[in-house]
Amino acid sequence: MSAWPQSIARVIRRGDRSSIAAGGGDEIEAQPAPGRADAPAVEISPNDPIVAYFQSASGAVDLDELELDSPALDALKAAGVKLAVPLVSQGELVGLLNLGPRLSDQDYSTDDRKLLNSLAAQAAPALQVAQLVRRQEAEARSRERIEQELRVATLIQQNYLPKELPELPGWQVSAYYRPAREVGGDFYDFVELADGQIGIVIGDVTDKGIPAAMVMAATRSVLRASAQRVVSPGQVLERVNELMCPDMPAKMFVTCLYGVLEPATGRFRFANAGHNLPYVRTDSGTVELRATGMPLGLLPGISYEEKEAFLGAGEVMLLHSDGVAEAHSAPGEMFGFPRLMDVVGSRSRRGDVIDRVLMELDRFTPDGWEQEDDITLVALTRIGGAPVALREPPAAVDLEFEIPSEQGNEREAGERVAEAIAGLGLDPARLERLKTAVSEATMNAIEHGNESRPELPVSIAVRSSDEAIVVRITDQGGDHAIPEVETPDLEAKLEGLQKPRGWGLFLIRNMVDDVRIETDESHHTIELVMQLDEGGGDEDD
Amino acid sequence: MRTTEFSAVTHREDGVTVVELAGEVSGGAEAGLQEAYRAVGDEPVVVLDFAAVDYINSTGIALIVGILAQARTSGQEIQARGLAEHYREIFRITRLSDFMTILDDEGEER
Repeated sequence: MSAWPQSIARVIRRGDRSSIAAGGGDEIEAQPAPGRADAPAVEISPNDPIVAYFQSASGAVDLDELELDSPALDALKAAGVKLAVPLVSQGELVGLLNLGPRLSDQDYSTDDRKLLNSLAAQAAPALQVAQLVRRQEAEARSRERIEQELRVATLIQQNYLPKELPELPGWQVSAYYRPAREVGGDFYDFVELADGQIGIVIGDVTDKGIPAAMVMAATRSVLRASAQRVVSPGQVLERVNELMCPDMPAKMFVTCLYGVLEPATGRFRFANAGHNLPYVRTDSGTVELRATGMPLGLLPGISYEEKEAFLGAGEVMLLHSDGVAEAHSAPGEMFGFPRLMDVVGSRSRRGDVIDRVLMELDRFTPDGWEQEDDITLVALTRIGGAPVALREPPAAVDLEFEIPSEQGNEREAGERVAEAIAGLGLDPARLERLKTAVSEATMNAIEHGNESRPELPVSIAVRSSDEAIVVRITDQGGDHAIPEVETPDLEAKLEGLQKPRGWGLFLIRNMVDDVRIETDESHHTIELVMQLDEGGGDEDD
Repeated sequence: MRTTEFSAVTHREDGVTVVELAGEVSGGAEAGLQEAYRAVGDEPVVVLDFAAVDYINSTGIALIVGILAQARTSGQEIQARGLAEHYREIFRITRLSDFMTILDDEGEER
């Protein structure tokens, strides 16, 4: 093998994918021949005409005979390369074998060239495979680095979340935090203050990953320190903003709600730096706690509006981050604040408010949903009245009966349902409402479904659970659907423009907590749901 | 069957015409209620007394709407008293109470 090259120059190819496929940024190194000094690296730009030349060359190229306006050619020549053997695999130039002058100073022979060409033909695919492997390894390393970053961000964030919930006499406190895969900057905190008061914090740093986690950690520390020094929530946020502004990375800011609760009185003073408004479920509906203020870290010298609310017995306050309201369903619909507000307002006894939000979110989002943003929920319920556990669980009711389709029987249907559920402790006013709804639905079944034919029965089933009473009223109609409930136009009726009738379904809807209507080929069933919770479903104005 | 017959008796009370309704205000009350209301004539104010009424259903609501519509054309004021709490609520939900004065048991405006 005396014909072997004096040296193999090191070639660095910098390219982009458009000119050299799979060549982007790769560095190809060939080991110099043993005992020889490493030749200088030669850079070949992907635009250099020599690339196209090598790519289409049929074998070893004598550089001295080549006339090209090519900086790479000049550089190769300057590096002492006499003969270049392109390594081409699948039409792609993956490297070059560069040979200096023969030790004997003779020209390379035809045999030499044949040998080199056949070597190149074998080496090129092997080199291409090696390049692919190396690139994949690099990608895997970079993925691993990203995963590692995510782990660090999660760790930082979780380290700064409360390890346990505060114990407040007369209050039930719960919190939930679930980071998205690409961790956002959600946080919440409880700060013990003087006189048994407690500071409650919820916030969200824009951006994700380690930067967001760092800013979150800083905000939490500054807020804790400030909360210990000043009591007024507005002043606390003002102070935190002043301290955060100078060091806040560009394009980042923090939304944050901070409030101080007096557990004994239910007084909640709060200020808001651009965070989602908390919801409070009261007897007269769900309300938002509104206070205005700019997010933290945007501008110095901001002051924050301070408001106060009183939470009464049985009332529930939910603080929440964007992760819930901004979750999307499979068709791309957003969960949205109104839906969240509805869930807070629901009187279901199934779990606490956080459980219900998560259940509803689970129902709303597609199976295998990858959470888009961190989800943080903090709920405070003021416990009042007799402890729920002391209430005797009522015996469940399970009754079915039929009545013939004769006018006047509807009233009896209402009375029989009322007798059946007498032991369940339904509030008397709500019992009257349920009776009216049952009678109205039965009247519709008699008159419309069964066309007042006495031989056709109306079946009525009454069932109860711990939570609700369900009455199902089924007729023998079904060939036509029950029309949608519309609010009757009383003015038009009074003007004589509409018939005075048409109140049945409207009344039913307004009497009970939920109405479901099913129609098959031969039956209509109207299902009336009345929650057993005292005061539940009392949302009519 | 648990129905109570509808009846209507009209009398004057401190110069105001009062129609005392009793029993069920439902489909079966249509003729009786119409007759009693027609007999009242052109009084400026008519009080419907529901104290002895034990049941009102959606058909009964429609009958009352019919009376309110007639009263409207003649500019007559209709008042209601003696309504049980549940039916007051129904009058509120159906907005009947926007078009008639609901008096409490003592005859005071609520």
